[in-house]
Amino acid sequence: MSVIWTMIAKRLGLGLLTLFIISLIIFGATELLPGDLAKSILGQSATPETVAAFRRELGLDLPAHTRYLNWLFGALQGDFGTSLANKRPISDLIATRLGNTLFLALYAAAISVPLSLTLGVLAALYRNSIFDRAVNALALTSISFPEFFVAYILIFVLAQSGLFPSMAQVDARTGFAEMLYRTFLPALTLTLVVTAHMMRMTRAAIINLLASPYIEMARLKGIKPMRVILRHALPNALAPIITVVALNLAYLITGVVVVEVVFVYPGLGQLMVDSVAKRDFPVVQAVALIFAAAYVLLNLTADVLSTLSNPRLVHRK
Amino acid sequence: MTSKTEKPVLLTIRGLRIEGRSEETWSEIVKGVDITLHKGEVLGLIGESGAGKSTIGLAAMGFARDGCRISGGTIDFDGIDLRKAPETERRGLRGKRIAYVAQSAAASFNPAHKLIDQYCEAPVQHGVMDRSEAEGDAVELYRRMRLPNPEEIGFRYPHQVSGGQLQRAMTAMAMACRPDLIIFDEPTTALDVTTQIEVLSAIRDIVAQFDTAAIYITHDLAVVAQMADKIKVLLKGDEVEEADTRTMLANPQQDYTKSLWAVRSYARPVQPPVTDATPVVSVKAVTAGYGAVDILKNINFDIHKRRTVAVVGESGSGKSTAARVITGLLSPRQGQVLFDGKALPPDYRNRSRDQLRQAQMIYQMADTALNPKLRLRDLIGRPAQMYLGLQGKALTERIRNLLELIELEPDQYIDRLPSELSGGQKQRIGIARALAAEPKFIICDEVTSALDQLVAEGILKLLDKLQSEFELAYMFITHDLATVKSIADEVVVMKDGRVVEQGPKPEMFQPPHDPYTELLLSSVPEMDPDWLTNLLNERKQKENS
Repeated sequence: MSVIWTMIAKRLGLGLLTLFIISLIIFGATELLPGDLAKSILGQSATPETVAAFRRELGLDLPAHTRYLNWLFGALQGDFGTSLANKRPISDLIATRLGNTLFLALYAAAISVPLSLTLGVLAALYRNSIFDRAVNALALTSISFPEFFVAYILIFVLAQSGLFPSMAQVDARTGFAEMLYRTFLPALTLTLVVTAHMMRMTRAAIINLLASPYIEMARLKGIKPMRVILRHALPNALAPIITVVALNLAYLITGVVVVEVVFVYPGLGQLMVDSVAKRDFPVVQAVALIFAAAYVLLNLTADVLSTLSNPRLVHRK
Repeated sequence: MTSKTEKPVLLTIRGLRIEGRSEETWSEIVKGVDITLHKGEVLGLIGESGAGKSTIGLAAMGFARDGCRISGGTIDFDGIDLRKAPETERRGLRGKRIAYVAQSAAASFNPAHKLIDQYCEAPVQHGVMDRSEAEGDAVELYRRMRLPNPEEIGFRYPHQVSGGQLQRAMTAMAMACRPDLIIFDEPTTALDVTTQIEVLSAIRDIVAQFDTAAIYITHDLAVVAQMADKIKVLLKGDEVEEADTRTMLANPQQDYTKSLWAVRSYARPVQPPVTDATPVVSVKAVTAGYGAVDILKNINFDIHKRRTVAVVGESGSGKSTAARVITGLLSPRQGQVLFDGKALPPDYRNRSRDQLRQAQMIYQMADTALNPKLRLRDLIGRPAQMYLGLQGKALTERIRNLLELIELEPDQYIDRLPSELSGGQKQRIGIARALAAEPKFIICDEVTSALDQLVAEGILKLLDKLQSEFELAYMFITHDLATVKSIADEVVVMKDGRVVEQGPKPEMFQPPHDPYTELLLSSVPEMDPDWLTNLLNERKQKENS
């Protein structure tokens, strides 16, 4: 097991290094944007004195590396500074949004991961049958449409009839069951978008192994087809499946802007888009850093789980 | 022998026909084979690759691989028609009454599960035993298969167990439900001779103890002679002949069988040893290894012009590492390699193009050593172009000339892809590619071990012919002592990274031997059906005395 711990430590170290580099890129990119932040906020009519005073207030008069270090150490302590648009602490602003985004991502994952694994296993078991073809065709169709189109179709079918609300408005007082009900359509949209990828990888990873001598051996031991797939093929196919699941989970957290906008859901993606429009750079920086951390963390988890699924790496000779 | 044929018949196959699909057409790969097997009887199926041995073995379980179908004949197992029986009934027989032991246990054990979990699966799933009974039984069978630590070995994963032990664990697994019939599909082909003996004797004993009938598939005649009561010879899906083992060995009827028998007697005249001239390659006190481990420990040997030095040893003995040091792929920690008396730079990157040209390699797996996307023209042409600077017409002329040397018709083959060649032809291309550089020295790394005996013989003869024509020096890496007997001038025996014995071949095959050489030599199966029994008795007596 010590092998695993060293690996986790190494990957964590590399992950932190990645995040550090990303933080540099994020900060550098906002630095490179043209124009003076203070001037653009205060407008053309501001006197040089007010601009200078405002710059001091924002800390813009300090050299770039000092500002970067201040920002980084603040971020490490959970303090991302204050929003330029409404002067509220960014941490407060993000906290509820992040919770909403994670809720929706987990909701969609809780439907899509079991669904795509089951469909993938069944498609591999009944490969080249009508069932296999139908599942593949449906999955490819849903992934081929743009998200907003899928969203509008669902609204047309399920919200017009009054079954589900077309606007996913939630706030801190909304109960859990009510949350599930109100966010059902966005979650379903996301499910349709990510299922195809995971399902097809599950199917391909399993089928890829079916020509292996140990699968033939299992069949020659008289093992039932379903058990051959679940017990003999699936454990060896886990590594690629885990990787794809992790990538899709990362997408569910970071890539849901369009769906949030369509369903007017107060998540991080919408906050990011709004802040870009308002040139509220501290918020953009904070959200970008959170997205990057989500990617790094999920990939790290995927690597560790893939390793754990391989006894050759866990139990050395 | 006679007592077994008086027992009731277990398996009757009549007029078995099996078709295989290539591209879009079906062609017959087994063309009407009959088998009658009595309870407790062992049938040896022999033939070259492509003879349909494995396909027939699987058909005896009512099983056809993907891309194959049983198209004719009847398969009757103890009164059950395996062709007409529903799949669920056939599945009920597999693993319970008919079991299978595969060629490569390393590939046929599931890497994700412990040995004992895989052992218990068939008895538990077939409802023969519950899990705890099966576990106890596994330990018992592991003990009978003479596996070390039988109580503990089952709780290891396949990658933690050696090849020979895995093969025995697989035989134990096949025995789990005490089947009436076991199909052994080349169970010892991938093993070293010394390991092979242990596996063969363990298999033979357990089959006898439980009075299990078996179909033993192999291309090694000497092995089948030890294991089978009767032998059936196959050629391209057709039966050549069948007889009981002793009759078949003493008195084969068909020409094809006789030619198979004759292969083992091929030997070229031994060249006298050279002592005065400068050797082409001289390995001087080389110690080398990976990481902190020394694989080679103070190795010395010379290879002279027009001589073949066979380097023999089990897997892991350091044979291939020695080749890597000579070619410069691995720099030695100590010692050096001389070429024509001059020291070669240890790293191939520091060697001149001419130094690289002088030493070429031929690989074990021609399949993976040839780029599948290149035509023969380019495969052979590249070294000629790179080392000798040949262009245009001269290059084409050289390629045609090389193809003639390896006995392939240039017009017919020059634009083919490797996938359009047979195994033996691919190995010939490997040889031509090495020759194209006009080397002085060629390393042949197990070049015949993946080939059938007849094809291998052709390759050995070709290498011999080329050696006298171009005065080549060969380093011949092999674990097969029969090959050594047929082509070597000198022999170097390696074990655990050391040279345990070396000298001219005639001396090496004469006693007295180093104990390890003795073990290696005595482990090579002989065509005598009593060989294994006698050998085991002899070794037992030695241990006792």
